[in-house]
Amino acid sequence: MKINNIGYLLLEGIRGIFLHGFMSFAAVVVTVACLLIVGSFSILVYNVNMVVDRLNKTNEVMVYIDEELSLAEAQQIHTRINLLDNVHIAEFKTREQALEEFVADHNGDPAFSGLQAEDLRHRVVVKLEDNALMEQTAKELEALEGVAKITAPYEMAEGFSTLKNVLQIASVAVIGVLLVVSLLIISNTVKLAMYDRKDEIAIMKMVGATNGFIRLPFVVQGFVLGMVGAGVAFGLEWVLYDFLVEKIAELDTLKMFQLVPFQELLIPMLLTFGAAGLFVGVLGSWTSIRKFMNASAR
Amino acid sequence: MIEFKNVKKTYVEGNKALRGVSMQIEDGEFCFLVGPSGSGKSTIIKLITGELRPTSGSVHVNGYSLERIRRREVPYLRRTVGVVFQDFRLIDNMTVYENVAFAMRVVGARAQEIRERVPYVLDLVGLETKSRRRPGELSGGEQQRLGSARALGNNPSTLIADEPTGNLDPARSMEIMTLLQEINNLGTTMLVVTHEHNLVEHFANRVITIEDGLITSDRMDGLNVYEDQ
Repeated sequence: MKINNIGYLLLEGIRGIFLHGFMSFAAVVVTVACLLIVGSFSILVYNVNMVVDRLNKTNEVMVYIDEELSLAEAQQIHTRINLLDNVHIAEFKTREQALEEFVADHNGDPAFSGLQAEDLRHRVVVKLEDNALMEQTAKELEALEGVAKITAPYEMAEGFSTLKNVLQIASVAVIGVLLVVSLLIISNTVKLAMYDRKDEIAIMKMVGATNGFIRLPFVVQGFVLGMVGAGVAFGLEWVLYDFLVEKIAELDTLKMFQLVPFQELLIPMLLTFGAAGLFVGVLGSWTSIRKFMNASAR
Repeated sequence: MIEFKNVKKTYVEGNKALRGVSMQIEDGEFCFLVGPSGSGKSTIIKLITGELRPTSGSVHVNGYSLERIRRREVPYLRRTVGVVFQDFRLIDNMTVYENVAFAMRVVGARAQEIRERVPYVLDLVGLETKSRRRPGELSGGEQQRLGSARALGNNPSTLIADEPTGNLDPARSMEIMTLLQEINNLGTTMLVVTHEHNLVEHFANRVITIEDGLITSDRMDGLNVYEDQ
């Protein structure tokens, strides 16, 4: 490809966009809509992951130490618990501390006024690195000598894992479908431009233009359509998301669902939109021109 | 140079278009290819331009071996072979000048080269005063002149004219044939496929006759070409 042709090929690509202005407009609109939904899903999944991780960190496994053991022996068990693989933090609580917390939790309810520290067990409050492995870690804790009993919120941990998995699968499916929709619409726009110029293409082939030379304007056309769609979708995503963040921040009831600010997602989102625009634009046009060139005489 | 050695071409559906064609057209030669419809003339053109590959035998065109040519080399072969069509195949929304310039630009010609070459070929075919017209504003003969100018734009060493006078009246046909003869006089190898006996007889050039996929005569004088049949 000679340098002096590059300007000509770029201009031809842009000319192709205006040749079917309405179709190009439709392609950009559909791309914007699809990428906006793709972007929104990605952000939703990211935020849900953050919330789930935050909630997950509050999940605790309670390990009760055999009441026959002395304080020193109970503390040895605490040390052994700390050495287990999936243990993030293990906090030892004496039976006296446990009583204080119990009374505080029940606001000094007289029904528990006769409760003595000796009625309770020393305990270790364990937070895990990965709650998906809670059941396995709980078994390891139960197997430790001197552990009387454990309580672990398996169902909640499993629920969070399932929620994350379902969202991830759903988002991959939605993103996949929408990318294919954008790809098809850009592909059809480029195909229209090609059919419109089929006589020119036939002459180009006849006089000895290379396939690369014939293809490039159409690839430029798809690239421009994809990138314009991605740019507009990115801008809209930013504005709409900021608006949503602001509104949620105003609502006390949704404090738990504080969203990550867009600035924090700026670079990944920019890269995601750019890559998606490039993907649907270039691949969409490339597949059309490839089919067209193969269908016409070599 | 164009050289066919025992070339056979059978299409997928079983039609035997060429059944052992051998011929050689030297550089700078003017040659007519005549024969009835379905005799194999179009297949010969398609083999020369790399649109088809021979089933067997060998085809050499301007240094390219067509039975072994790679797909990416075909455009470069085509730059050495200009083609003029019966139906002109011009781009209606471009001017006369742009039609020729377009054919040069798409093979990577420089702007300066285009500015110099296009007026030259338009002058050669007598369209220098109509460079801003569109094909629709030209007569049939002028459109064919433009088709010839476009084919000459990239300075090919060989020009193939496929029924160039098929859509023209006798007077315009004679003009076009005279133009092709003039182009040949400048050194371009010329292969003209035609049905028109009177034109073939008028221009005393080599005439190759093909029938049912075989060459039945190859004469140098151009006269009484159909007497052998």
